[in-house]
Amino acid sequence: MSTTTTPQTPRSRRRAALTGRAPADTPGSLWNYVFLSLVILFSAFPLYWMLVIATSTDAALAKIPPQVVPGDQLLTNLREVFSMQDVYFIQSLANSAIVSTVVTVAVLFFCSLAGFAFAKLRFKGRNVLMVIVILTLTVPNQLGVVALYIVMGKIGWNGTLLAVIVPGLVSAFGVFYMRQFILEAVPDELVEAARIDGATTMRIYASIVLPAVRPALAVLGLLTFVGTWNDFQWPLITLNGTDYPTSMVAISDLASGNYVLYRRVLAGALVATIPLLIMLFVGGRQIVRGIMEGAIKS
Amino acid sequence: MSVTRADPAAPPGGPAGRPTGRDEPDRHRWRNRLHRFDMRFTPYLLVAPFFLLFLVFGLFPIIFNGVVALRHWRLDDATLTGWAGLANFEKLLTDDDFWNALYNTFGIFVLSTVPQLTLALVIASVLNRRLRAQTWFRVGVLLPYVTPITASTLVFAVVFARDGGVANWVLSVLHLTGDEPIDWRSAKWSSWFVLATMVNWKWIGYNALLYLAAMQSIPRDIYEAAAVDGAGVWRQLWRITVPMIRPVVIFTVVLSTIGGLQLFTEPMLLEQNAQAARGGANGEWQTIAQLIYKVGWKDLNLGYAAAMSWALFLIIVVVAAVNALITNRLGGGKR
Repeated sequence: MSTTTTPQTPRSRRRAALTGRAPADTPGSLWNYVFLSLVILFSAFPLYWMLVIATSTDAALAKIPPQVVPGDQLLTNLREVFSMQDVYFIQSLANSAIVSTVVTVAVLFFCSLAGFAFAKLRFKGRNVLMVIVILTLTVPNQLGVVALYIVMGKIGWNGTLLAVIVPGLVSAFGVFYMRQFILEAVPDELVEAARIDGATTMRIYASIVLPAVRPALAVLGLLTFVGTWNDFQWPLITLNGTDYPTSMVAISDLASGNYVLYRRVLAGALVATIPLLIMLFVGGRQIVRGIMEGAIKS
Repeated sequence: MSVTRADPAAPPGGPAGRPTGRDEPDRHRWRNRLHRFDMRFTPYLLVAPFFLLFLVFGLFPIIFNGVVALRHWRLDDATLTGWAGLANFEKLLTDDDFWNALYNTFGIFVLSTVPQLTLALVIASVLNRRLRAQTWFRVGVLLPYVTPITASTLVFAVVFARDGGVANWVLSVLHLTGDEPIDWRSAKWSSWFVLATMVNWKWIGYNALLYLAAMQSIPRDIYEAAAVDGAGVWRQLWRITVPMIRPVVIFTVVLSTIGGLQLFTEPMLLEQNAQAARGGANGEWQTIAQLIYKVGWKDLNLGYAAAMSWALFLIIVVVAAVNALITNRLGGGKR
């Protein structure tokens, strides 16, 4: 059986090589699909395992061999999470939603404005300022956390949501990303024509630029929301021990103590993950495209 | 500042610049002024939010961090704020915790970056084939990217538990371990491996998409020529694809250097009682970012924490530069 099939494979493969197809034109082989499926399984595994643990009892989790299907204790575990004292889990979800929404809306607004200015308006120092924006992309803000904490302390914002929201209101990446998009998506002639018709800059922004950049707004919005929702270090530093944690800080609160109930912690984590999974489900195509486009240009 | 200059500033340049001036109806003049103001100052207003916020919450803290590093600055003793000079930095040089954390950080960094980028490359080259359900696969590899690190880290912490963890169970089923289950958190090598696994899991798909994007801009006829010359799939990958996407490879190397050396969430949540920030009973996997948190907000010594973060910053700059240089050489770059 194998002797009859083997002569064919090398020949067809050789022929494919001789006609010289680029990878993008080469149909995926069975092995490609198997490999990619394994990659996806590996990617999804922690999510699945989170579900298993979050729906189980302590006894079920202690079993060996471990149980591999979700249990039916999700509601019990969730009830425990939401009724825990000193963790404020519901409050933290609301806080995360507030922070992520405000930051996302602000980033979209400020970054599209700045991107518009850098892409289509002429002003003194434009190039220098743009170089500064790009340079700030490479500065890890995180390294100023000690001083940022002190600054926030002086303003009196430590322990309030303002400390998390305000530094995130614009992003260098967002400015850069919007500029690149607007350069191509908005024709110069259109801006000129609107000017001649007497439109103000803000009018041009509202009626020409904004409609044209909707796809980029979607991408930047999704990326910003996910990033803000998942941020952990700075919220932990500034909000820890207050009544205003974000959900990520609350999860780490759940996981702090001498005896950690993982089914409870991960039930909470599951809840905090669901909004992001919905985003990926709804906007996956856009997120993929956004990451890929950002890469080519940077 | 541009706001205050707005109205009063218009007249000086105004009348001289416009020939029509006087006989125009007021409405037109007002409009013209508005137009000139709009053309001149609006662009600055549009970019101002970024620069204002960056100055206050980005640049200033980093510079101020340098000042804090040169002072005594304790959260529990507000009076102790005098100049320390270089005392904090001197302390750094003889601090075993710091060197241990530096060692851990580098170990985990190497264990995570190399497999991460290699696998991303392989995955990208497979994704670059003509596939059915292409979008589905691409979105699938992004699952880790949207999963909160706090959540995935806690799952991995359970998977790599000593007793009852799935990892040990799989190893014992495969007869790869003896009678004793592996205590992943008790040794450097095993805890580093666990953390590197988390980091790799998180970022492989993201990097694969970056590579895929670059791969799609490689002209097809280059592959045709290579195939005619008899180059196989692997040869094409290493000889054509990788050199052609070198800028993106360098970009990802720099990105993962910056990210890898600041590793924080994973080491924090690997241990029970996360907020102690010990990184293992004897600091087996304590990273620098974690140590900074511990020194600053557990030991309440902000001055010393600031000195550490400056040191980390310098280390990152140097390592990122060296890495970019090496990658450039390996990829056959000219410089």
